[in-house]
Amino acid sequence: MSDKTTIIVQSGDMDKIYSALIVSNGALAMGMETSLFFTFWGLLRLKKGGLEKGPLSKMHFLGLGKIMMLKRMRKSNVASLERLMADFKELGGKIIACEMTMDIMGLEREDLREELIDEYGAVGTYIQEARNSAITLFI
Amino acid sequence: MAEIHVDVRGETCPVPLVEMRKAVKRAEQGDIIEITGDNPASKKEIPMAAEALALEIMSIEENEKIWKIKILK
Repeated sequence: MSDKTTIIVQSGDMDKIYSALIVSNGALAMGMETSLFFTFWGLLRLKKGGLEKGPLSKMHFLGLGKIMMLKRMRKSNVASLERLMADFKELGGKIIACEMTMDIMGLEREDLREELIDEYGAVGTYIQEARNSAITLFI
Repeated sequence: MAEIHVDVRGETCPVPLVEMRKAVKRAEQGDIIEITGDNPASKKEIPMAAEALALEIMSIEENEKIWKIKILK
């Protein structure tokens, strides 16, 4: 088993994107290789301008809950998703975009932040990454 | 051999770990990285990360909730 973490990011909810990026930055910081496989609602967060756009998975309350949560997060000095994403890339994290989701959602590569994406793939790509991973998560 | 200072006072999870890792990446062999912070979990976790990265922990000090960790690359 190699020292690798692979995470499927299926949810596009803000709090879950936080979970995915915090866990993956932790894994990179502790010396593991890390891949994030963005699929379904998660892939929408890779659209241009989309990273911070996700709703809260609970207590969203038409956006009011999210505003409250963001306020509390700023107060606790939690990093923004953009900063966590920049750190993830700087530490060598890999991003895979699900091609089937792109078909379903009618997304072209130019709709996505191509500078963040290392690879476009399907389930086989995920399995190849995951079979060599000590940690795999579905978020 | 340079000494690199990383100040993560006021920062919370996962920033102290990430900033430590970035500094280690940029450092040369033999450089000393000194991280200063106040996040309690990071005081435990930075040494764990250093160990996982096979780096030597030179010292861990704490004074009035501010800790300093020195790592040798």
